[in-house]
Amino acid sequence: MKASAGSRMRLCGMIRKESLQILRDPSSIAIAFVMPLVLLLLFGYGVSLDAKHIPLAIVVEQPDATSTSLTGAFRRSDYFTPRNFDSIQAAQQALDAHEVYGIVWLRSDFSRHLLARGDARIGVVLNGVDANQARITAGYIQGVWQAWLLGYAQTQGVEFRVPVRLEPRIWFNAAVRSRDFLVPGLIAVIMTLIGAMLTSMVVAREWERGTMEALMVTPIRIGEILVGKLVPYFVLGMGGMLQSVGMALWLFDVPLRGSFWALSAASALFMMVALGMGLLISTVARSQFVAGQISIVVTFLPAFILSGFIFQIGSMPEPIQLVTHLIPARYFVAISQTLFLAGNIWPIVLSNSAALLVMMLIFLGLARRNARKRLD
Amino acid sequence: MDSVPAIVFKGVSKGFDAAGAGVKAVDGLDIGVASGKVTGLIGPDGAGKTTLMRLAAGLLVPDEGVIQVLGIDVVRHPLEVQSSIGYMPQRFGLYEDLTVQENLDLYADLQAVARADRQPRYRELMQMTGLAPFKRRLAGRLSGGMKQKLGLACTLVRPPRLLLLDEATVGVDPVSRRELWSIVYRQVRERGMTVLLSTAYLDEASRCESLILMHQGKCLGQGSPRSFSEPMRGRVFRVSTSSLGRRSLQGRLSAEPGILDAIIEGEQVRVVTRASGDMAFAGQLSDVDDLRVAPAEPIFEDAFISMLKRDEATAARTVPGRRKETPGSVPDTGEVIEVRDLQRRFGDFYAVRGVTFSVRRGEIFGLLGANGAGKTTTFRMLCGLLPVSDGVVRVAGLDLRRAAARARGRLGYMAQRFSLYENLTVAENLRFFASAYGLSRARRRERIAWALEAFELDTYAGASSGELPQGYKQRLSMAAALIHEPDILFLDEPTSGVDPLARREFWQRINALAETGVTVLVTTHFMDEANYCDRLVIMAEGEVLAEGTPADMKARFRSPAQPDPTMEDAFIGLIEQHEQEREGVA
Repeated sequence: MKASAGSRMRLCGMIRKESLQILRDPSSIAIAFVMPLVLLLLFGYGVSLDAKHIPLAIVVEQPDATSTSLTGAFRRSDYFTPRNFDSIQAAQQALDAHEVYGIVWLRSDFSRHLLARGDARIGVVLNGVDANQARITAGYIQGVWQAWLLGYAQTQGVEFRVPVRLEPRIWFNAAVRSRDFLVPGLIAVIMTLIGAMLTSMVVAREWERGTMEALMVTPIRIGEILVGKLVPYFVLGMGGMLQSVGMALWLFDVPLRGSFWALSAASALFMMVALGMGLLISTVARSQFVAGQISIVVTFLPAFILSGFIFQIGSMPEPIQLVTHLIPARYFVAISQTLFLAGNIWPIVLSNSAALLVMMLIFLGLARRNARKRLD
Repeated sequence: MDSVPAIVFKGVSKGFDAAGAGVKAVDGLDIGVASGKVTGLIGPDGAGKTTLMRLAAGLLVPDEGVIQVLGIDVVRHPLEVQSSIGYMPQRFGLYEDLTVQENLDLYADLQAVARADRQPRYRELMQMTGLAPFKRRLAGRLSGGMKQKLGLACTLVRPPRLLLLDEATVGVDPVSRRELWSIVYRQVRERGMTVLLSTAYLDEASRCESLILMHQGKCLGQGSPRSFSEPMRGRVFRVSTSSLGRRSLQGRLSAEPGILDAIIEGEQVRVVTRASGDMAFAGQLSDVDDLRVAPAEPIFEDAFISMLKRDEATAARTVPGRRKETPGSVPDTGEVIEVRDLQRRFGDFYAVRGVTFSVRRGEIFGLLGANGAGKTTTFRMLCGLLPVSDGVVRVAGLDLRRAAARARGRLGYMAQRFSLYENLTVAENLRFFASAYGLSRARRRERIAWALEAFELDTYAGASSGELPQGYKQRLSMAAALIHEPDILFLDEPTSGVDPLARREFWQRINALAETGVTVLVTTHFMDEANYCDRLVIMAEGEVLAEGTPADMKARFRSPAQPDPTMEDAFIGLIEQHEQEREGVA
């Protein structure tokens, strides 16, 4: 079996060469470890879909024990940072100046109405530019108001006519922390980028430096070149992946409810898909600049927007929803969010993994077909 | 001896439609490369040499025709061919972040060299290339010549039956070049290897056993160097006189109708006549005192030029229209450029160290050296494009450190690479440069008309610059550099990548320009071009090794063993001296 021994020798030579280059060249290390670190810190801390410490104006026209108690309730809430005003005009000015996000207005007859009729109204004014934020804030104000009302009634021994109370139970992410939901999805997006960039750029680098031409005239087979590139960058990419999972667990306190091994297996599968995309890009891009650009536009942006990581796929228009099926990150976002937040829900994990497997075969197959030991 | 040709091309054509519509890099080529010999592939840039190499290596597929390498059809079985050949592309892909040893290991793995065979082979290669002390050094930190030798060593790790070398010696210093040749010949001698080697240096032709001459994708001739030069016997003469400058003599001679080619060779002018034994020119020059004409031994270059010139009868129009009088402030005699103890550091690396020379008005002054010798860095400092780390640079009487902008208005600069706007037409480019130099409207019109006429660009005035033939691009670059009538012209590697005919034409223009009093500074890595210079410095590793006239330099290395040293011999001699001195110090 002379041929297979030669093939093994060539493959080992390629892998050793790539590994040495990884160790000597800071750029691939940077892509695999520094980029995920920066992106995770940025998104983990910078982007939050939760409303917290919302600056809120509280207008108390006639201060008394009741109004002070209500103001205190807002003050104690994590969601608000209240500021007191004595007139609605002053509060409105603050709202216009974006100093506060909303106004809670207790008129002068507030306490009187409350005691006399067991029913009082508070006025709420919100900055509605960001409709989503306004809705969330309104909900929180309502929550504080009702909780206070209930407590007040109990201490005063009076019965208020309180409207029907909803008691929401939020599953899987009981604290409704958006970070718990963002970070697992983010890992998918980051892996798409590093996988595609690592492979496409190192192949382009060989073209740029003229090493590809020399490589091609050796007896090496094209398949050996591809595998020789895949193996070291798979290891490197999985290193980046582990680092991201570690950051999710220990830095952002995202719970991992499912199996770590299931997550690793799915990640490995997804990493192969991302590397496959990179190899496919490398069959057309002959410079590192082009390879980097294509990787960002073709893999990172769709993964960011269409994977359901930040924008719900269910609320996209129908045609776009169909398009999302072509985005590999979509399947891994589903797996990752499920494993982190819900646990081992095998139907979801397995069906999405199957989709990833198909995509991996397609990308690697196309890369193999398009890569030629030729210059034209 | 194996008589079956190692490479056979039958009716091979290969076009590239990407750039220009239907450009044929190789056009109906029929060649055969004999086994066990060194065959040289000679031709100007763009002749199709690299395409031919890539076709033979199975990296390109021909549009038509059959290619057999070592008896195998390359198109059908590229891998089989690739397992028995070694190929060194123009820019050999060494992995610069791997060490010398790691590069060798990689290629040994890729070529599946058995582990037991490796150590003896490594030892042999290291000894041949002299790289043994640098095994642990990163390939990126080697000098240009060493990189090239390592590249060759990598291709030879498993001795191939056929070795393809694409311009392996171009731009490499003469010492390394000599070593590369000796390694190649050792392989042929000891292992019966077949070598096909392309080169842009015509003087390397004589080192080959067989030659293939290519031009515009076609094979113009094939045979031994003697089979090319022998028919030229009787048509080559050396002419000299003491009463006339060699440049004027050359001008007179090239104007003679019976003369095909006249070039300066040392202190003499080498002449190729159109007909054998035609010495009519000597009669025409009877007014020249002390004219000596002697028949010369024909070389390959004579044949090459006569074959190329057959169809394109061009003698460059001499450059007219430049004022003869001295412009303004420059004193008539004296030094136009003065460089004293010039230094340029990049970090702790000295690109230029202690360079001193001066150039007189109307002189053609050369900076000769291999790639990486510091020529371009020196140039950039002279033009005020790069700040000086230390030392004095005075150009046209102005200190560049203070009056760079004013000095720059007095000089023209032609960069190494074509640096004009490729998507502008010839006329638009000239107009742009004329306005960039602040020429008045009337002057601009006058100068553009001059440039179009003097450089014979009239027919191309409306053509987009990027699509011009190589020689015309070079003319346009030079026209742009001269548009404002500078007193000093800087030419950075003006002739690299230009075919020998265009090179000759170029030097004729330069000569004519110098005659009108323009000072010309030129860098080159072609040793034979040094002969065109009045004086020159030879540079290596950022330092000046010698300064003087070409004749002086050669005279220093005249010996009984070397009665008629060439510029290259002088160069190698200087490098060896320099290295001995350094070892003496160390």
